[in-house]
Amino acid sequence: MDKKPNRKDPGGVSRRDFIKGVGRGALGTAVLAPLRGQTIGTKKGRVPVYERKTITLIVNAKKIDLAVEANETLLDALRDRLDLTGAKKVCDRGECGGCTVLLDDVPVYACMTLAVRADGKTVKTVEGLAEGGKLHPVQEAFIEKDGYQCGYCTPGFIMTTSAFLEKNPAPSLDEIKLALSGNLCRCGNYAKICGAVDTAAKKMKGA
Amino acid sequence: MKGKEYISVARGDAEGQARVAATAAEKPAAKPAEPRPEPKAPEFKYIGKPTARVDGREIVTGRAKYTHDIKLRGMLIGKILRSPYAAAEIVAIDLAPALALPGVMAALKLAEGKVRYAGQQVAAVAAVDERTAEKALALVKVEYKTLPHVVDWEKAGDAGAPQVRDDKPNVERINEYSRGDVEKGFAEADVVVERTYRTGFEVHNPTETHGSVAVWEGDHLVVYDSTQGIHGVRDGLARALKLPAANVTVIKNYMGGGFGSKLSLGDYTVAAANLARQAGRPVKMLNSRRDNAVCVGYRPSSRQTYKVGAKKDGTIVAFSLLNFASGGIAAGDDVAEPVVDIYKCPNCKVEEHTVFTNVGAQRAMRAPGHTQGAFGLESVMDELAAALDMDPLELRRKNYSARNLGDTGLPYSSKGLDQCYDLGAKAIGWERRNRRPGEGSASGPLRRGIGVASSIWFGAGSPGTLADVVLYPDGSVEVVCGTQDIGCGTRTHMAVVAAETLGLEPKDITVKLGNSDYPWAPISGGSLTTPSVAPAVRDAALKAVERLKAVAAARLKVEAGDIVMADRKFASKSDPAKSASFAEVCRDLRRETVFHGERGGMPGDQYAFNTFGAHFAEVVVDVETGRIRVLKYAAAQDSGRIINKLTAESQVVGGITQGLSAGLYEERVMDDMTGSVVNPNLRDYKIATSLDIPEIEILFADIVDPRINNLGTKGLGEPARVPSSPAIANAVYNAIGVHVREIPMTPQRVLEALKRKEAGS
Repeated sequence: MDKKPNRKDPGGVSRRDFIKGVGRGALGTAVLAPLRGQTIGTKKGRVPVYERKTITLIVNAKKIDLAVEANETLLDALRDRLDLTGAKKVCDRGECGGCTVLLDDVPVYACMTLAVRADGKTVKTVEGLAEGGKLHPVQEAFIEKDGYQCGYCTPGFIMTTSAFLEKNPAPSLDEIKLALSGNLCRCGNYAKICGAVDTAAKKMKGA
Repeated sequence: MKGKEYISVARGDAEGQARVAATAAEKPAAKPAEPRPEPKAPEFKYIGKPTARVDGREIVTGRAKYTHDIKLRGMLIGKILRSPYAAAEIVAIDLAPALALPGVMAALKLAEGKVRYAGQQVAAVAAVDERTAEKALALVKVEYKTLPHVVDWEKAGDAGAPQVRDDKPNVERINEYSRGDVEKGFAEADVVVERTYRTGFEVHNPTETHGSVAVWEGDHLVVYDSTQGIHGVRDGLARALKLPAANVTVIKNYMGGGFGSKLSLGDYTVAAANLARQAGRPVKMLNSRRDNAVCVGYRPSSRQTYKVGAKKDGTIVAFSLLNFASGGIAAGDDVAEPVVDIYKCPNCKVEEHTVFTNVGAQRAMRAPGHTQGAFGLESVMDELAAALDMDPLELRRKNYSARNLGDTGLPYSSKGLDQCYDLGAKAIGWERRNRRPGEGSASGPLRRGIGVASSIWFGAGSPGTLADVVLYPDGSVEVVCGTQDIGCGTRTHMAVVAAETLGLEPKDITVKLGNSDYPWAPISGGSLTTPSVAPAVRDAALKAVERLKAVAAARLKVEAGDIVMADRKFASKSDPAKSASFAEVCRDLRRETVFHGERGGMPGDQYAFNTFGAHFAEVVVDVETGRIRVLKYAAAQDSGRIINKLTAESQVVGGITQGLSAGLYEERVMDDMTGSVVNPNLRDYKIATSLDIPEIEILFADIVDPRINNLGTKGLGEPARVPSSPAIANAVYNAIGVHVREIPMTPQRVLEALKRKEAGS
């Protein structure tokens, strides 16, 4: 089978390979080995694998310079380097939405986003949602309606919801369900979460 | 460990059997001894009402620290190397190349001799970061001699199948039960129905994978663990590491789901503690998502063959159950409790076997055994109702049992299942169902149907649970209990009960839990937590009130009996002008004062204590694609007094959703050739999403059981899960006129069932 050439970077390594490269165990290491010495294209030029690159992020309204490795995910950078542990590593492969953060106001799975790709962008995490100690209406609504159980998926749901309600301030129940369908809640509290999103929409409208 | 092990009378013991024999003939019960005086039912301000979680702010701001979020100075990352083979002899393990890698600080061998499933731990390393640890794992040299394996439980019992365990054959009997004479019962029956039902392997998949952080402080081991049982993990670690239990502390502040898979000590925790000791630094050891699918359990499968005999009027005269279950290298669940207990049937016989395979051991999963058993039993009830041309709900009412025939032979202390039937039937619109399965009007390929299922579970709570209420001279109040909040809202329940008793607001109470140094509480499993912890808190708070009243009386120079407590004030009944604030009275205590509370005992020799529920589902089935959609759902629960309506509703919503998910989608698949799990992730293992959720109505019978504890409360987590899959299966049966008889009810299985119907079998 012909290998499909990488659209942006025909001679290099695709983003997908890098994501696979940070996979776990022996397999992860085996995949990484042949990448040694290769480079990845970023907006600010090519970066060798394993070499650190300093990126500039605006995280929760604070400008931060951060040295990250080329194949480091945004999620690892947030959790391990900035100690912003609100976004969770649940599946580590874009299946559950537990790591959802806003990148330039768009919800992304931080486990599937390379940190270098966030260079120069704004990142909002659940820790940055409340302003001056005042909870965001979405946060208030999740508390009021018990839109969680163990709370582990909650930061992801809240970030998805906050972006969704900016786009659709008066959603129907079906629209809410669709918007949340990229986030898994293993405790199975979707019915309550949908109620929380509905309440949040009403709160934001009134605000 | 199963919650049911905490129940004082085990089914099958001689004494219990004797009681069953004495009571099964439905003689009038001997008059039970006088129950403890019923507490006056006070009008509660918070208990039973909805209260938002006291830790809600921590959760929604991302500040709540889960085990995965713990970061300690000098912390190393641990990783476990797992066997790729389902059966092999380990010839040699060489850690030296891994230890030689810069950044690797410790390594351990974790296996010798045979490995019996793919995913079994073999070695572990701890390194300065995750990447180095991963590299090190690849450098560990393991020489295996592979052995034949069997992972298909339907084949493991065949002659010539490789023997999984050295100590026993692949098929072993795990349960036997008998009362009355089933052969005589079947001979007397007008209608006999015999059917086989199957349930698949359901993986817990908590969002937070299993994991621990271990740190040594001198000779004292502190472990942050994602666990449902801090005290059990503490004791297990002490045994495993040969330490005094007093030198081990286990902490769990927040946990991302467990559902039974985190009830006891994990081998990864022991490895973390050993690596930390070797390296002299803290070690964090987290399972990967894949690990969670291969080595920390799942709900065992079942193949249940029921035979039921009934009179024309619906009176059930005989039940028999033959079950085969598989829990990998461990025994599967026995699923008989529903059939021996839910319905009044004089003749009942059960035989259950487990089938061992080269698969990781099962672990208890939300109502272990009952969930599978209720699927089989409630399904055959509906097939019997059809054979009798009877309303399935009427059949259930006809065979209603006021005593626990199988387990203890005793009358139920309280049983609100009949109320649950009434509440649920009304909410779903039971009269709208198809009178006979499959007889509804069709709209193109769509068929609608309504179904019901009932449940029984334990959930009385553990006598001996301890809690402290601490009053500080500044008027602040702390409630301390070594329980854990696994997402059920335990922190809030403790605050609600303490606030109610002390005349304060829940937000005034500081709750401390999740530390094994705190007073003992049981595992958060078996639906034990609320009926164990809430009564202990209540007891401690009542003692605090008594003391505060005495102190207030001294301050106001009146008799203690003259003091009333209300609105943060202690006042004299005889002279209302005399009063002191809650804070003033606390100041008079002069130092912090601890009040010890305990959850008392139950008259377990006189009554059976159980929880009940009835679920009703309405579905639409596409007979061309085999796709099922649940449209509407009504769940009615009898769990005694509800402590917090808001979190109780969430428990029920979760039970319904997990049952829907297991009933329609979830199934772990094994590959015969490699002996490994084919879908060890969250993409190929299907879990329900927001798009699958029906309209849900939740109803509580809210019966206060005065004998069970000082609040009359029972557990709720598992009761809400038990009847959900069968209610949906029975609704599908009502819609399409053929029972799918296997969960998950995938489109393929629905289409196969429809073919079976066409073929007339």
